[in-house]
Amino acid sequence: MRKIISLVLLAILLTGIIFCLGKIPFGNTQSKVRRYYVNNGIKDTGATNIVTSVVLNYRGLDTLGEVTILFIAAIGLSAVLHWEEKRQKKQGRRSSLILYTGCRFLFPLIMLFGAYIFIHGHLTPGGGFQGGAIIASGFLLTMLGCWKWQGVNKIAFKVTESIAGIIFVVVGLLGLLYSGYFLANYLPKGLPNQLFSAGIIPIIYVAIGFKVGTELSGVLDNLIEEP
Amino acid sequence: MILEIILVVVMLVAAVCAGIFKNLLNAVIAAGFVSFIAAILFFLLHAPDVAMAEASIGAALTVAIFIIALKKTKRHEDDEKDN
Repeated sequence: MRKIISLVLLAILLTGIIFCLGKIPFGNTQSKVRRYYVNNGIKDTGATNIVTSVVLNYRGLDTLGEVTILFIAAIGLSAVLHWEEKRQKKQGRRSSLILYTGCRFLFPLIMLFGAYIFIHGHLTPGGGFQGGAIIASGFLLTMLGCWKWQGVNKIAFKVTESIAGIIFVVVGLLGLLYSGYFLANYLPKGLPNQLFSAGIIPIIYVAIGFKVGTELSGVLDNLIEEP
Repeated sequence: MILEIILVVVMLVAAVCAGIFKNLLNAVIAAGFVSFIAAILFFLLHAPDVAMAEASIGAALTVAIFIIALKKTKRHEDDEKDN
């Protein structure tokens, strides 16, 4: 009986979803806002990467919401998994010399690549979230491959994360002061394809890169450390 | 076009495998494989930004977090054997 009821409910739900989604003109050329972004994106924001200009300029408030969600998730995880200074010296197996040397060789290169991704977010594909995730994967490599790993400096990570978040909000509030709305692009836009262009976009993306990188690395560190 | 069809078919197979595998480690690796192929498909569909995010978060960090969680928990099952 219960199975029949759930099947009927599932069928009703499925018809509803098909009915609703069928009404939306996906992939149609009618979408005017898309054409506006493609035609006026560079002129409005100065960013060559249209995706970045949408993410940080036209829809900047959504990005602030995303960063806040990630922040709250990291806070919750560290609240659940916090072990008070019970970390004793791990006597785990030593990784081989080849693995250790390889990790030490690769770690700076991965950091450099992540920093490149988020500094050039307004010129080439990528941005703060992608660069931060790449930096966190570099920390993951070090955590797994280095037998001398003692955990990250938690206080430094928290301070970096907080400063980056504050920079994002302060830059947005200055837009409210100078141009009348939150996250307005009030700095000079410069020439397209230059590193110093696009106003506040590179500043915010560097802040997001630091924030996401330290947050994800902190999550991994919290998970990986022994209770 | 042929390449995309092959990738979608492989992705579907990997997704079904992630659902039916008994060994959780194998299921996690299959799920990571789905993310990896999704990243390639995003790149082929001219969305390199999304492809980057999918490859680094979906295929690397999520799999790592799942494997760490699997390592720290115990598997408990009464009636079925671990395969």
